[in-house]
Order: sequence, then structure tokens, then C-alpha cells
Amino acid sequence: MAETVDARGLSCPQPVLMALSKMKEMKTGELEVLVDNEVSKENVSRAASKEGWEIAQMREEADEFHLILRRS
Amino acid sequence: MEARKNFFATSVGIVGVGVVIGVLAALLQKWGNPGNMGICVACFERDVAGSLGLHRAEVVQYLRPEILGFVLGALVAALAFREFKPRSGSAPLARFLLGMCAMIGALVFLGCPWRAVLRLAGGDGNALFGLAGLAAGVGIGTVFFRSGYSLGRTSKQNYGLGLLMPLVIVGLLILGLIYPQIPNEAKSGILFYSLKGPGSQHAPLIISMVVGLVVGVVAQRSRFCTMGALRDLILFRHWHLFSGFVALLAAAWVTNLALGQFHPGFANQPVAHTQSFWNFAGMLVAGLAFALAGGCPGRQLFMSGEGDGDAAVFVLGMIVGAAFAHNFGLASSPAGIGPHGIAAVAVALITCLFIGFSNIKRVGA
Repeated sequence: MAETVDARGLSCPQPVLMALSKMKEMKTGELEVLVDNEVSKENVSRAASKEGWEIAQMREEADEFHLILRRS
Repeated sequence: MEARKNFFATSVGIVGVGVVIGVLAALLQKWGNPGNMGICVACFERDVAGSLGLHRAEVVQYLRPEILGFVLGALVAALAFREFKPRSGSAPLARFLLGMCAMIGALVFLGCPWRAVLRLAGGDGNALFGLAGLAAGVGIGTVFFRSGYSLGRTSKQNYGLGLLMPLVIVGLLILGLIYPQIPNEAKSGILFYSLKGPGSQHAPLIISMVVGLVVGVVAQRSRFCTMGALRDLILFRHWHLFSGFVALLAAAWVTNLALGQFHPGFANQPVAHTQSFWNFAGMLVAGLAFALAGGCPGRQLFMSGEGDGDAAVFVLGMIVGAAFAHNFGLASSPAGIGPHGIAAVAVALITCLFIGFSNIKRVGA
């Protein structure tokens, strides 16, 4: 099961810091990041790409964004 | 559903927005705004506080339409792109006090980060000390973030609460239309208007309003933030926002050169003093306050337009801070720092540090 970072209700830089910290800990695998604003979605996506993680999926549900990040 | 692509949030988009803001800011100076102050969020909020009579510094009283345009432009963009999301509830008192501290620090330097860049683009070397202070303050802020600093999570609010700040702005706009400036009169109805000094220097109302709206729209779309530019660079080595910041500087500089507005030097710069240490220290405090509150003063206005009640509280803190700064001799003038400027910087710094230390490790709480 994928690891999850719940950054809903937080604004940057915290969602990026939390996601980066988890990516560093996991090194590879699948990570789900939950955010509730466009800015955090964009910033987490940008940071993940820079760290070599693929944005496998991005979907919007009830004003929240679910990002699935993957690195093999 | 799949998320939409936002051109303004791309590398080209953020640079384009920086260029647009830089050119428009330099043009606003040509059209009547004070020297190296085409756009200054702190100064303009201070002028708004003066226009409402919250302070009685006669040279800085004008209901700056740019400020109103920033919030309303951001509101329009947020509504158009379904990004209007009413939210609040994250340490409002701390944000109010951070807003006050940010304004007090900015008025010791005489400008917000936007104006620091515009001052440099106009040749004012004193801005270098302000920008160094800003970077130092934001740098201290990143140490707090690395240590787990957070003001806690926001929660969703109803539509009406999200509209409160934009409605306050509409109210101010209506006041400005009911009580327009009367030539050579220091008061029109309940609003104050400067007859001399920076407050008396302004572009025509309609131009200021339109520029404010345009900047509000493009800044909301691009997430333009001068504090975030430095923070992301220091914290993550991310150049994205910083490229917009540099584009603003370059575009304003080139436009100033073309318009004959570039005058390099340290002495006799418009609305500036040469006390380098206090230029540095004032902006250090402001930079730390912006970092701890999560946005530069412009970004706080744009977020207010998106329905962020916490950003709105920060803005109100800045306006009250401006009133304090001018009522109690905390603000600088071209002659130098105010009689209580040093004490103000010290108290504001201690306040920011207290808020920083006391909110470490609150994530997830």
C-alpha cells in the first residue's frame, strides 16, 4: 500500500517540505500526497519532478487534490 | 477529474508576469506615482491607512487604487478559474501581529520587497542593504520551517466568509468614489488626501485601478511572491519564483533606463534614507514576518482575494501596523529613522522570534 502525506489545510512551503521528507525516507515506491489548494499541488508536483519522481496520477475530488508520485 | 494546466505557473509564465509587473511599476512612476514607488504594497497600505485617518501623517494619505485592484483582480481570477476557496482559522492573532511587525520593519526601510527591487531598478544603492536584510530575514524563516514551524492547518469556510475581505475592498472603493479628491483640499468627506509628499503623487485613478486589476489577475494565476522567491531558493534551491523576481528587477530597470528614471547613487534617492544598518535590520524583520506568515505583502493581498481569511487578517495587521508606525514615531523618513524606530525593530524582531519558536512542531497537531 502506498505511503501517504496529508498536507490538507497547510500552505507552502509545508506540503513541499513534508512530501520531500517522505520521498527522501522512501527513496523509491509510490507516495500519495493530499493537498487542498492549486498552489500546493503545483509546488509539490514541481518539487517531485525535480527529485526524479514521476507524477503518476493527479486527480481532483471534492476540492482536494490527490497526487500519486512514483519512483522505481 | 484531471487537473488543468496553468500557463502562468510555468517557467515562462512566471518570468512573463515579472516582466509585466516591472514594466507597469516603472510606468506608474512616469504616470505620477512617487519615485521608485510605482508599486509598493507596504507604502500603499500605509497611504490607505492615512486616507482613512488611522494616522495623521499628512504626507502619506491616499486611498491607493492599486491595493484595491490587487484584491479585486485576484478575486476575479480566482472565481474565473475555480480557485476561490474560502478558508481560515490558522492562528489569526499571530498572523495579525506578524502583519504589524512586517509593516513596522518595512517602514523603517521605507518599502516592501516589491519596492526594494524597484528602488534598486531606479539606481538606489540603499536598496541593496534592504534586499540583504530581506534575504537574511527569509533565511531565518526557513530555519524555523526546517525545524517544524507551522501556524497550523486552515479549515474550509463558507462562501460569504471568503467574500468578506473583497467586500471590505469594494466598500473602500465606494468610499473613494463618493469622496473623490478635491484639488487643494486635504479632506473630502471622511477621506484624507495629501497635498504634498508621496501621498500627493499618484497616477490618475483609472490608470492605477486598471494596473492594480491586471497585476491582481496575473499575480493570482502565477502565484507571484517576492518572499516565496527567496524562501524557495534558500529552502529547496528552486529558482521558479525567483526567476519572476529577477524578471521584475530587469524589466523595471530597462524601463527606467528608457524613461530616464535611472539615477544611480546612495544620497538623495526618492523616499529613502542612507542609514544602511537600519535599512538592513528593518527588512530583516519584515522578511522574517513575511516568511512566518507564508507570503510577501502582495501575495497576502492576492490570497485575500482568493478567499483566504488568514491572509486578510495579515493585511489588516499591516494596515494597523502602519497606523502605529506613523502615530508613534516608528517609521523612517528621508531624514533617517524615526525617534522610536530602533525600539520598534527590536520589539518586532522579538515578537517574530517568539511566534516562530512557540509554533514549532505543530504540524499534524
